[in-house]
Amino acid sequence: MARVASTRAKVGYTVAAWIVALVIFFPILYTIITSLKTEQEAIAGFNLIPSFTLSSFEAVQSQNNYWRPFTNSVILAVGSTLLALVVAIPAAWAMAFSPTKNTRGILMWMLSTKMMPAVAVLVPIYLIFLRTGLMDTRIGLTVMLMLINLPIVVWMLYTYFREIPGEILEAARMDGASLRDEILYVLTPMAVPGIASTMLLNVILAWNEAFWTIQLTTTNAAPLSAFIASFSSPQGLFWAKLSAASVMAIAPILIMGWFSQKQLVRGLTFGAVK
Amino acid sequence: MSSTFRALLGATALCAVGSAAVAQDNTTLTIATVNNGDMIRMQSLTADFTEKNPGITLEWVTLEENILRERVTTDIATNGGQYDVLTIGTYEVPIWARQDWLSPLTDLPEDYDVDDLVPAVREALSVDGTLYAAPFYAESAMVMYRTDLAEAAGVTIPDNPTWTDIKTAAEAMTDKDNEVYGICLRGKPGWGENMAFLTAMANSYGARWFDTEWTPQFDSPEWQETLTDYLTLMNEYGPPGASSNGFNENLSLFQQGKCGMWIDATVAASFVTDPEDSTVADSVGFAQFPNKEGVDNHGNWLWAWNLAIPASSQKQDAAKTFVAWATSKDYTNIVAEAEGWRAAPPGTRTSLYENAEYQEAAPFAAQTLEAINAANTQKASVQDIPYTGGQFVAIPEFQGIGTAVGQTFSAALAGQMSAEDALAAAQSTTAREMARAGYPK
Repeated sequence: MARVASTRAKVGYTVAAWIVALVIFFPILYTIITSLKTEQEAIAGFNLIPSFTLSSFEAVQSQNNYWRPFTNSVILAVGSTLLALVVAIPAAWAMAFSPTKNTRGILMWMLSTKMMPAVAVLVPIYLIFLRTGLMDTRIGLTVMLMLINLPIVVWMLYTYFREIPGEILEAARMDGASLRDEILYVLTPMAVPGIASTMLLNVILAWNEAFWTIQLTTTNAAPLSAFIASFSSPQGLFWAKLSAASVMAIAPILIMGWFSQKQLVRGLTFGAVK
Repeated sequence: MSSTFRALLGATALCAVGSAAVAQDNTTLTIATVNNGDMIRMQSLTADFTEKNPGITLEWVTLEENILRERVTTDIATNGGQYDVLTIGTYEVPIWARQDWLSPLTDLPEDYDVDDLVPAVREALSVDGTLYAAPFYAESAMVMYRTDLAEAAGVTIPDNPTWTDIKTAAEAMTDKDNEVYGICLRGKPGWGENMAFLTAMANSYGARWFDTEWTPQFDSPEWQETLTDYLTLMNEYGPPGASSNGFNENLSLFQQGKCGMWIDATVAASFVTDPEDSTVADSVGFAQFPNKEGVDNHGNWLWAWNLAIPASSQKQDAAKTFVAWATSKDYTNIVAEAEGWRAAPPGTRTSLYENAEYQEAAPFAAQTLEAINAANTQKASVQDIPYTGGQFVAIPEFQGIGTAVGQTFSAALAGQMSAEDALAAAQSTTAREMARAGYPK
């Protein structure tokens, strides 16, 4: 009897999970469906069955070369993530293994920078970029994306490092490991799963960032967020083309997310009650 | 710790060095534009320009309209100089020109022939007689109707219809059982959506947005009549769900044969008569924007997309060369040669409308020119007004106010409030926003 009930409950949970997943995924699914419609179909109303035309993709590619913003997106997402790790690993190490009475305060202060709306600092940042020649450069934007995601990266790594027993590091020190050896050969290998999931999440965040990447670029460093923005039109029909551009922009990160979902889920849930 | 720190400092220094040296051999113009069909076409036809001006390279940045405005205003306000040529609408030109954000387009090359620009458009782009932007596309509004449905219903729509003519025709052509609606009009809220149409309609009813003291006039009998008649037309003869219909939705409805009449931008004429997209291409007639009996005003709808040079650009001369080329008579010929006369940029040059080949390719040419020329953006209402602009009020606050008022009118169309309540809400919102902005100035 108990077994029957639990099977039933399992089925119920599975169905519920599928429904929730479908609801969450639906906007993306409908974007994909719309990208396969003609412009006329796209505006005609709700319809789940497209005519499977690829004309919107052709139009998008002929109007705006996809590969330039794609390359920029890859460079910005990967570059800013690596740069963030270089800064965040030592910071998280210090806070996790040699905490002081200010550690908690510093962590909160870091996170508080995420609470301010980005537009509030638009003009100062814009002026700094102009004066230093960083405007519309990949380097400038890489640093910018690194900075805005840094609090999250530090927090994630800090939570992960705290799970590693300090005694292991102490043992390494007893065996004569220097600080550098300790971080590189003892801490990092043990923290690889955590670092990997932090990296993945950060790549996704950087890939999807659509405020600074549009405000601080014109042509040279413009990534896929600017590519999507260019297909919204003040007149004429553009929904199918806009959807096609969006699908082209999210496809790489969606595929990457698919293959690395195990790490991602781990990354998103650690730190929670275990 | 110190070694990590040193590594970090090194990385920062590298960043600074990498960004310092950006040398340029020739002039690169950065052109910021909206995703407008005519501008997209221009990007593929620039070979002629680069041939004539080998020292100039063109870089295009296409952005969504609101993002473009945001980017450009930030850039101009900080004197950034990121853009050398901008695509801007008729609404911004006078406002930005008064702020000294745009360079005046004086000494254009001789063969440019400024006098060939359609007078109404030229006037809308000038401040105190100085031209601040060159148009590459212009439109007014007119009535597009189904000649076959009108004939079957036994109604004729005169070339200069009144609103009574429109109502009679809408009633006669409506056949809801067969999903044919007498009239399709904009209902989607927005200063450039339903308020563009309703402001033009109000103009033609003799209404005005503000009196000379900048007091909103939604409590006037003219506005009351405008909104009541609009709601009656749409509720009785319009398509269902009209409060979410904008230009695109109505275009689609008309092309599928579901509208008897559609009053909207003249540019739609080329879409509804295009046999590739429109099922009713060979049975479309045109008439001027209606007026109310006794009021000599046809709405004064005028919109143009223009090229302007921001004052912050470091490459003024090259930018001017490009603007002159892109809005020249020669460019029109280049488009016609490449894609046929139908594709020629409409509404900007009188010579285009005198061209026999264009007249033949575009049966709506005469009405379009007449509609554009009839638009007076300097005095849009028959009453005294303190503002310029046709289907909008050319003050910076109008985007916000127009959209807020558009939302109440759209709600009235959806049946969520009465016409009286909508007008009262519009009056108080506008009065509050204007007081906050410090009017009368």
